[in-house]
Amino acid sequence: MRILSTLTIILSSVLLFSACSTVTLDEKPPVEERTGTAPTTNGADPRSVNTITTQSSDPLNDPQGVLAKRSIYFDLDSYIVKDDFRPLIEAHARYLTTNKARKIVIQGNTDERGGSEYNLALGQKRAEAVRKSLSLLGVAEVQMEAVSFGKEKPKALGSDEPAWAENRRADIIY
Amino acid sequence: MKQLFLRGIAIIGLLVATTAHAQLRVEISGVGANQIPIAIAGFSGETIAPQQITAIIKADLARSGMFRIIETGDVMTETATVNFGDWKSRGADALVIGSVQRLADGRFDVRYKLLDTVRSTQLSALALAALPQFTRVTGHKIADDIYEKLIGVRGAFATRIAYVTKVGNEYRLEIADSDGEGTHIALRSNEPIISPAWSPDGAKVAYVSFENKKPVVYVQDLVTRQRAVVANHKGSNSAPAWSPDGSKLAVALSRGGLTQIYLVNPDGSGLRQLTNTNGIATEPQFSADGQHVYFTSDRTGGPQIYRMSTTGGEAQRVTFNGSYNISPRVSPDGKALAYISRRDGRFQLYVLDLTNSQEQRLSDTVKDESPSFSPNGKYIMYATESGRRGTLAVVSVDGRVKHRLTTQAGDIREPTWGPFMK
Repeated sequence: MRILSTLTIILSSVLLFSACSTVTLDEKPPVEERTGTAPTTNGADPRSVNTITTQSSDPLNDPQGVLAKRSIYFDLDSYIVKDDFRPLIEAHARYLTTNKARKIVIQGNTDERGGSEYNLALGQKRAEAVRKSLSLLGVAEVQMEAVSFGKEKPKALGSDEPAWAENRRADIIY
Repeated sequence: MKQLFLRGIAIIGLLVATTAHAQLRVEISGVGANQIPIAIAGFSGETIAPQQITAIIKADLARSGMFRIIETGDVMTETATVNFGDWKSRGADALVIGSVQRLADGRFDVRYKLLDTVRSTQLSALALAALPQFTRVTGHKIADDIYEKLIGVRGAFATRIAYVTKVGNEYRLEIADSDGEGTHIALRSNEPIISPAWSPDGAKVAYVSFENKKPVVYVQDLVTRQRAVVANHKGSNSAPAWSPDGSKLAVALSRGGLTQIYLVNPDGSGLRQLTNTNGIATEPQFSADGQHVYFTSDRTGGPQIYRMSTTGGEAQRVTFNGSYNISPRVSPDGKALAYISRRDGRFQLYVLDLTNSQEQRLSDTVKDESPSFSPNGKYIMYATESGRRGTLAVVSVDGRVKHRLTTQAGDIREPTWGPFMK
């Protein structure tokens, strides 16, 4: 009886061992893997340090986020915020209503055609259209100022339709 | 040593040339219907002054388009005996003679006479003593006197202009004589400057500067360099215009949402809203009598020019031709209105006779902006483009006389003609 039980232990140990060896054969142990990426492959300097930046807690600083989009484009002779820009406006409104200490300036711009002062007033109309949209979504007036650069600070130089379209724009500046 | 001396001269020559390039260059095209032939003899002793007085007089009169200069190699002092018949036979209806002398206090004493060779009479005589740096002004004042005596209208050569230049990233508000010479920089900035406006006494200029990342209206004293903020309200502040008595400014502010016209004291106090429309109202300009304000509004869709009383009330529409009329400027006599109209995609200078509603196009350029009358009402200066570069153009109100002011480097824009000065 005693011999039997001893035998059982030996047997199970053997089985166990064999099971273990099966595992070791199929998967390389992690230790071995690490040594595998060591200087033997045309590897990086083992003393090099690479940086990981943690995700910012402020979504405003996420370059991939919707808040990174801050330009609203307008059609020729138009001062209406197009539906394409609704998500952008809504995202900034959400951010501003939850971050009441943040303030923005909305800068309106026009293309180069026509007089300086009239264009300044038209650029103002574009900035005001964005301001009103944000206001309707609950953003406080004290957080916003709508100003105009008219045609004085064109982003795109040149006198063709692509340049003019780029300059018919309002920018949200935090 | 001689080599070094010559090189020194060459360098001085180069410096002079560089200064000259910074000046505006005048190109004249078109002349008046009836030009008065006039001979201007050299003034005795004029080579001692920093500038040749008679060269300034000749350039002024030629630029006006109203005179034909009869060339003469003569030098004649104002006390010389004149053979009128001789000058008449040389084709001159008028003759100018004079002298320049240095006074003990360092000033130059310039004396001149204007003679009518047809009637063998003296039309005018002046004696002007001025410091060396005012030699140019003296020349312009004599040209003004000749213009007035022969044309019957006060001359505006001794007036000044203000305009904005852009060279690289630098914007400059510059002041120059009406011929573009004698430039001075009043303001330098890395942000845009627009809409300069002279105070009626010619001592101050109001303008819009973007130096605070938004348009703000300032008044700058040109002599003392003191600067006052006229309007820095929430939103945009722009389009300053002086009342004829200098006691008020009209400005366009967006503090209420839509851009509207307000009246304000030059120190920023006493703000009062003038227009209250459901569209834009901007570019205010006082009428010559100060009783009305002309302005641009898009209340009917496109921009048109309107007029309303400075005490309030309804606005009347003034322009009806074309769908885009902006930048109203009233003539000094209040009888004409200059403005920019867009027709077939061209932005051009027009003038409207307010007494009979007759409209005339005055330019054949296509990107015109910022008109302003000379203080005698005879000419309109405006900004236009030449080879993708901003230049200034001048046209007589009848459209016959034209000239242009250009710089070698950079753009010139936003011109405004200053008032008569003492």
